[in-house]
Amino acid sequence: MSGFQHDVEAAIPALRRYARALTRDGDIADDLVQDTLVRALRSQHLFYGGDVRSWLYTIMTNLNRNRLRSLSRRPALMSMDDNDAADMAGPESGARDIERALATLADEQRSALLLVVLEGLSYREVADVQGVPIGTVMSRLARARAQVKAFLDGERPALRRIK
Amino acid sequence: MADRDRAVSDDELHAFVDGELPADRRKVVEAWLATHPDDAARVASWRAHAEMIRLRYGGLARNPVPPRLDVERLARADRKWTWLAAAAAVCAFFVGGAVGWFGRGVLVNIPPPAEQTVTAEALDAHKLYISEVRHPIEVPAEANHLIPWLSRRVGSTLTAPDLGSFGLRLMGGRLLPGHSGRPAALFMYESASGERYTLYCARSPSPETALHYNVAGQVAGVYWGDGEVGFVISGPAERERLMKIAQTAYEQLDRRTSRRSSL
Repeated sequence: MSGFQHDVEAAIPALRRYARALTRDGDIADDLVQDTLVRALRSQHLFYGGDVRSWLYTIMTNLNRNRLRSLSRRPALMSMDDNDAADMAGPESGARDIERALATLADEQRSALLLVVLEGLSYREVADVQGVPIGTVMSRLARARAQVKAFLDGERPALRRIK
Repeated sequence: MADRDRAVSDDELHAFVDGELPADRRKVVEAWLATHPDDAARVASWRAHAEMIRLRYGGLARNPVPPRLDVERLARADRKWTWLAAAAAVCAFFVGGAVGWFGRGVLVNIPPPAEQTVTAEALDAHKLYISEVRHPIEVPAEANHLIPWLSRRVGSTLTAPDLGSFGLRLMGGRLLPGHSGRPAALFMYESASGERYTLYCARSPSPETALHYNVAGQVAGVYWGDGEVGFVISGPAERERLMKIAQTAYEQLDRRTSRRSSL
């Protein structure tokens, strides 16, 4: 296995985590990861060094954008799953609330917030991944945080989960 | 927040939380927060929300990676495909031309995942037929042939779950063209106050899934697949009630348990 492939492999757990948070569906997330890996391996010759992980996030961001575009031809469905208890961590209601709060965000805002707080990317790296200036990243981040706060502050007491 | 002589901007507050500030500005922000409780509260809430996100998703990175994401395997498969792809491209040029000619007018669509397709169809059917006053259904529940007929056409043994515990009465059902024209069944239920719910059943090679709640405006659908058939219960977008109804229907339609109990 080449060094490049090793770097790609090492990034998979983080890619799955990010994809899962971004798409809110385990199966769609792994499809997205697989497409990202195939694309990355195929375009290895286009990778000019630097951080493999950022590059993978970039590919995934673009693929996800295409996916959403093809879905938008259908009536918009907002998935609001909260019954996947298997990978639910932490206090149950907090986990569900934050998931629902993230679901209300515009896609680029959710992506910016997750890349910063979950994946630990710098503003500069997020700007590269999203292909926008840093100022745009910061305003997406600010809007995402304001929306999450508004959603959680206005939240009713959590409903019982139906299993 | 809009005070003129504001020393610390909102951008700096975010950068402070995310560790993007140089040390000298960090001190300034810390001093600012000590005297500005509103900003301090916002900063604290951003941190708390970030912690919630990490708690919810952070652990996922420790899950074992499924075999289909194995890098070596993907790379091997890709090499094998490279020359096949070259050959296919040549074929596609000719075949594509032929298909384009003979199939003109036919749309080539890559189907979205089973759940998206089936849910969207179910909600379309739901919205179309619940507003129907005189002919909401094709065959009434009282007809003995309703279930056998729909089962035969859909190609799977169906049952219309009993939703009487929710005050819902089965009105009857109808046959519909589902994905790529394959038959699908729609059962309609009504409450005493005229609220209508539908159960959509379409053969779809979908993996077994848990219940997934999807909203489309005023109506919502709860999807699940049992490996052979995709089901969607649709009704007014009231999550808790719809999930309960779906859970009841799911339990009654669960083939494995019904098979076990009939043994």
